[in-house]
Amino acid sequence: MDEGKKLHVHDKVFLSLPLLISIIKLSTTAILFYDSLAFHNKHFCTLAKRQMLSMSTNNLSYSDQGGTDSAVEVGQETTPTSSNAGAGFGLFSVDFKKNEDLKEMLESNKESLKLEAMKRVVGLIAKGKNASELFPAVVKNVASKNIELKKLVYVYLVRYAEEQQDLALLSISTFQRALKDPNQLIRASALRVLSSIRVPIIVPIMMLAIKEAASDMSPYVRKTSAHAIQKLYSLDQDQKELLIEVIEKLLKDKSTLVAGSVVMAFEEVCPDRIDLIHKNYRKLCNLLVDVEEWGQVVIISMLTRYARTQFTNPWKEEGVFDERNERAFYESDEEKTRDETEAKPYMMDPDHRLLLRNTKPLLQSRNTAVVMSVAQLYWHLAPKNEVSIITKSLVRLLRSHREVQYIVLQNIATMSIQRKGMFEPYMKSFYVRSTDATHIKSLKLEILTSLANEANISTILREFQTYVKSQDKQFAAGTIQAIGRCATNISEVTDTCLNGLVLLLSNRDETVVAESVVVIRKLLQIQPTQHSDIIKHMAQLFDNITVPMARASILWLMGEYCERVPKIAPDVLRKMAKSFTSEEDIVKLQTVNLAAKLYLTNSKQTKLLTQYILNLGKYDQNYDIRDRTRFIRQLIVPNDKNGALSKYAHRILLAPKPAPVLESAYKDRDRYQLGTLSHTINTKASGYLELSDWPAVAPDQSVRNVEVIEPVKEWAPSLGKTGKSKPAKSSDDKFYSDSGEEEEEKGSGSSSSEDGSSSSSEESGSDAESHVQKNSSQSSEESDKSSSQSEKSSSESDSEKKERKTKTPLQKKTVKPTAKDSDSDENGNIAKEANSSSAEESYSDSDSDSESDSDTHTDSDSGTEHKKETKSKAKPKVSGPAFVPEKSHDLLHRMTGKGLSAQYQFPRQPCLYQPTMVSVQISLTNTTDHPLEQIHIGDRSPTGLNMHCFNTIECLEPEASVTVFMGIDFNDSTQAANFQLCTKEDHFSVSIQPAIGELLLPITMTELDFRKEKGKLLGMNESSATITMAAENMTSQPISRPVATVANLGVVPSSQGNVHRFAGKTASSRAVVLVTVELRESSTALITINTEKSVMGSMLLRDLKLALAQA
Amino acid sequence: MQFPAKMIHSLFLVNSSGDIFLEKHWKSVVSRSVCDYFFEAQERASEPENVPPVIPTPHHYLISVLRHRIYFVAVIQSEVPPLFVIEFLHRVVDTFQDYFGVCTEAAIKDNVVVVYELLEEMLDNGFPLATESNILKELIKPPTILRTVVNTITGSTNVGEQLPTGQLSVVPWRRTGVKYTNNEAYFDVVEEIDAIIDKSGSTITAEIQGVIDACVKLTGMPDLTLSFMNPRLLDDVSFHPCVRFKRWEAERILSFIPPDGNFRLLSYHVSCQNLVAIPVYVKHNITFREGSSQGRFELTLGPKQTMGKGLEAVLISSQLPRGVLNTNLNPSQGTYNFDPVTKLLSWDVGKINPQKLPSLKGSMSLQAGASKPDENPTINIQFKIQQSALSGLKVNRLDMYGEKYKPFKGIKYMTKAGKFQVRT
Repeated sequence: MDEGKKLHVHDKVFLSLPLLISIIKLSTTAILFYDSLAFHNKHFCTLAKRQMLSMSTNNLSYSDQGGTDSAVEVGQETTPTSSNAGAGFGLFSVDFKKNEDLKEMLESNKESLKLEAMKRVVGLIAKGKNASELFPAVVKNVASKNIELKKLVYVYLVRYAEEQQDLALLSISTFQRALKDPNQLIRASALRVLSSIRVPIIVPIMMLAIKEAASDMSPYVRKTSAHAIQKLYSLDQDQKELLIEVIEKLLKDKSTLVAGSVVMAFEEVCPDRIDLIHKNYRKLCNLLVDVEEWGQVVIISMLTRYARTQFTNPWKEEGVFDERNERAFYESDEEKTRDETEAKPYMMDPDHRLLLRNTKPLLQSRNTAVVMSVAQLYWHLAPKNEVSIITKSLVRLLRSHREVQYIVLQNIATMSIQRKGMFEPYMKSFYVRSTDATHIKSLKLEILTSLANEANISTILREFQTYVKSQDKQFAAGTIQAIGRCATNISEVTDTCLNGLVLLLSNRDETVVAESVVVIRKLLQIQPTQHSDIIKHMAQLFDNITVPMARASILWLMGEYCERVPKIAPDVLRKMAKSFTSEEDIVKLQTVNLAAKLYLTNSKQTKLLTQYILNLGKYDQNYDIRDRTRFIRQLIVPNDKNGALSKYAHRILLAPKPAPVLESAYKDRDRYQLGTLSHTINTKASGYLELSDWPAVAPDQSVRNVEVIEPVKEWAPSLGKTGKSKPAKSSDDKFYSDSGEEEEEKGSGSSSSEDGSSSSSEESGSDAESHVQKNSSQSSEESDKSSSQSEKSSSESDSEKKERKTKTPLQKKTVKPTAKDSDSDENGNIAKEANSSSAEESYSDSDSDSESDSDTHTDSDSGTEHKKETKSKAKPKVSGPAFVPEKSHDLLHRMTGKGLSAQYQFPRQPCLYQPTMVSVQISLTNTTDHPLEQIHIGDRSPTGLNMHCFNTIECLEPEASVTVFMGIDFNDSTQAANFQLCTKEDHFSVSIQPAIGELLLPITMTELDFRKEKGKLLGMNESSATITMAAENMTSQPISRPVATVANLGVVPSSQGNVHRFAGKTASSRAVVLVTVELRESSTALITINTEKSVMGSMLLRDLKLALAQA
Repeated sequence: MQFPAKMIHSLFLVNSSGDIFLEKHWKSVVSRSVCDYFFEAQERASEPENVPPVIPTPHHYLISVLRHRIYFVAVIQSEVPPLFVIEFLHRVVDTFQDYFGVCTEAAIKDNVVVVYELLEEMLDNGFPLATESNILKELIKPPTILRTVVNTITGSTNVGEQLPTGQLSVVPWRRTGVKYTNNEAYFDVVEEIDAIIDKSGSTITAEIQGVIDACVKLTGMPDLTLSFMNPRLLDDVSFHPCVRFKRWEAERILSFIPPDGNFRLLSYHVSCQNLVAIPVYVKHNITFREGSSQGRFELTLGPKQTMGKGLEAVLISSQLPRGVLNTNLNPSQGTYNFDPVTKLLSWDVGKINPQKLPSLKGSMSLQAGASKPDENPTINIQFKIQQSALSGLKVNRLDMYGEKYKPFKGIKYMTKAGKFQVRT
């Protein structure tokens, strides 16, 4: 392994090493296997050959890891051998022969043949045929230059990798290489396929790739990494914690491309980690409109759940939402001067309002899923008086496809039960058309029934009359039930409905009649008094009705109301006695019931009939009926044994029975969140997340406060703030003294109340008990500790170097993202950087537990004030750069470089390779028309120059460019680093001459520490000059700006408005460099530089003088 | 190790005879036997449309859509908004239609590789990735006859040589570097009228739904604004993502950077509170007599409130009761057809001449001895009226910014019957 290599590359190789070794072992056994069997059994050859192939390619790929050539290309070179070996294969089935021809095609040298073969293979896959035998032949083409061929190979690979794990590994190196391609789309697609290969052994590689892609420059790649998170999680759930870290990072992403995908990953991996959302809540709300439509659905449903845990119920008191409140919020996030107490009427949290307001436009989306998700959000979150805005949009969706209608109607059905008013104006949209599918018809019926009220019932009934006549009898039956429901719900129309239903009894269709009977029975039960006519009528119809349920219903009615039809009931029983044996069970049961009831009321006429029926029942085939008969006989026929019970027979059988309640099938559906699968199928689907109830008391709102990036504030902390840094320091000391848990809490409590009093923006600490705050205080304590530890170590400069070296592997993970952050937003803000670097410190110092802790700290930190404080508490240590100048310098001009041009710039990142090095970013561009090969670094001078070269670039295509990093130890001097930049043919001498300011690394320290340090560096170590400032340089920000441009220094908070302090240390010898700029009257300024490196001091002074005196 | 992952797991395409002719898995492979539950439901359903869109099975959920007599059955493993899946499946169908002209089993089988490539791009791990047709077309070129010929000769492919940039741009729906020699922008305002007319000819419900479909072929990055004479007519609108919603809210102006080619800019609803003029009337006399094996059938159509525009492409269809064995009808114009198996009567009327109203008269023979059907058939009408938007919506002007050339602009209006039913 070449040491001179980019670190992350190195790391990947490191991780894949054991893996590769295992493959080699495997293939070696295979080879032995092959040798012993080859002559005996040709059938085994297939397997053995495959294994051998994997071995040969792997051996090569292993030695290839340095990056000279692709494993798979080598694999292609070995093709002839293997195809010779496989000449005698066609002994298998016909199917296999077919594949054999494919195999030859795949192994041919002709691109078009390969493509043709792959197309046929994909055809096989599409048909569900097994094409796994071709795996070795296919996988070799993974590095093909032909895009379509490559894509088809990807399709194949993703399909079969799971079954052919060891062979699938052959392709990994190709993807690993593509992951570092300069083209973002290639990086993304490599990650996509890599993560789709469900082979557990590559989990570490995937993890690394995801982590790296999560901080890629391209939002598209970051999006892909969010997708990959889910894939990795379903492959190996042990990665959860690590993945959550990546999710947390990606949640902070500001790109609309990423938002939807990362929230999806969040929902999949850690939907319960609601705390990760707080800081990103407002951002997500604001981005929502611009997110792609599928992402919108996911984000909205997540935010619905979030809101239900974070805001109080808006339904308790209606209509007291304060407009002023909203306005106050929009004026400024900071100036929330609300003094909310629980006794006060309901005030909607501005964040709650923000969500409602930002989702509303999405009701206009063309995507039905988005509209539905907004609708459910309003249904679950909006005050009752605002919900109705969703109506129109939902009704609009009914114009869409049948399947969409089905889901939307289901949801409307649930809504319309609770809120009739919402959909009543659109009643006509639910009228049934003869062309509707049956399930659509019944849903519309359901909704119409729910919407019925006194005012519209006549219209609805008229409409129902049409439906009853429908040729779709199932629908007609549904309509009859609906009429029944209307009749029970609206007492005015009960009689009308009943008469209408009685008319239906003479309908020719059996199902209609049967359904009518059943519904009439239910209605009569509700008000039985006046309806003996109807019962008589039904008795007349009895002979013609054949549907068992209807017959049973009539019999039950007869028995129940036998006293009202005393003459008819016995006659019906007589008829039933005749036909008893041929009836359905349900009818038999009711006959027994009728007989029993008549026996009790009219035993004179029916005694014999009853006994006859009971005898018939006794020998019935159905045990239920035998059982019932036995029971009834014991109950009603008095004998000496059961006297006690038969006394009560009348009361038992003829007890008044509660009327059935006719209610909607959608009555209970509202227990599921609307728009969900669970709601549709009315059972809890796996993975369903419950919508929590509103909290009684809103959790701390300030958790969602995000620091507003205001560069002015950042650059020069005002007086009040530094005034506060002293008490903060003391609380810091308290933590320091390693006190117990309680004391810590007290300390953090006091610091948070300081927050409250010092900044008008903060909510007073009324809910200091909320866990998030607790969490934040603990974690801030944690990071304080770690930062102070690192401070200790930095003061002992000797041991420190060693320590840093050991830290490096861990650090690089975290440094990377920081670098990207600052690259992306130009006015990189100090506090953020400081924080991330503190987190980084704690990564290295403490175990993984504190990692997550310190991260929560960054997250839940409650605003600018607090951040300032932690920053000021932080002892001198390397922080992120305050400002990264974009300026790049020519390293090699394309004219002198024969078409190779190179530029370098200082990214101002701590060097990953060695802490004493300064990292230099070099971008190489090929302006020729032919690819340049083997670009590397040759001889260097001075010879002792400690330099970390970039990896040899094998090939740079025409017009392509590549960015590489190298580290140079300038040994704290501005002496140029000379070296040769070589291509295959040429050598170009180039040199990098660093500005003095680039040899520094910014550190953060408090003003107090600054003074202490400065006190130690007086006399010889101090150099100063007075300059005349350009007028516009008088305000604080421009002071910091030119200073930061010149030198990589960190800003030290200052208590004096006219004094600005900056601190840094030299990269190589770690000597502290302190810069003080004191503004005097008449636009003069005194620059003082204190450092033991006096040469550097004077050089820096010269540069600063130049920069500040410039207009 | 398998964990119930969200979103779409697999997709099966099933034809009307219940054969799976394509399957695609985005995660691990789900056995096609899962479709047995679907086939069961298919058997139970009397009509193809009656198969429930969501079918729970012990381990999976099947969400299906039916388009062009193909069921697209998605296999889901856990909770996901069903509309999300349904909407996506419809997008898939739209894309196929866009690519192959038709979305039939034959077309899909012929283009199975393109289908696979499309599905691969559209979903990543079951989550929609690229569904914009503009992006997809950059990734995978749609097959044309010419290209197929060229491909067979030269061995080149359908996959775009260039990597698409659309996914990365701020305007994801438009590809960059569009060039046309003729710059043109056409807008079709198409309104559909949905109505139910009762026996006596009075309107039970009528509403107008409209869409503006656009075909924009403009060079570069044009920024268009479209304004209406009477934007208040639009009661409820939904936009293509390109439309700037804020601008619409504030000024009632459609401002957008259009996608390249055909797209639906806007769909809208004209509220039914506004009185809708019904452009056609039907006089009907359909009677079945008890005991008789003959029924009478008389139908006359006439224009009504068409603002002087003619009714075209009139098509009548009706599902006659099951008892009808055959019909013996006589159309005054056009052709009619009665399918004795499905009992579907259709009459292609063509244009309606107000001077000579088209009619269809004659008798129906009923099953002997069967009782009289208790419901008269419902009549579905289709028609078109050119050059008129029924609601009266008028485009005021179309302006272009951001590019220098003068495009050719055109606006066409049309009214169509949507779900227009007459109960008899």
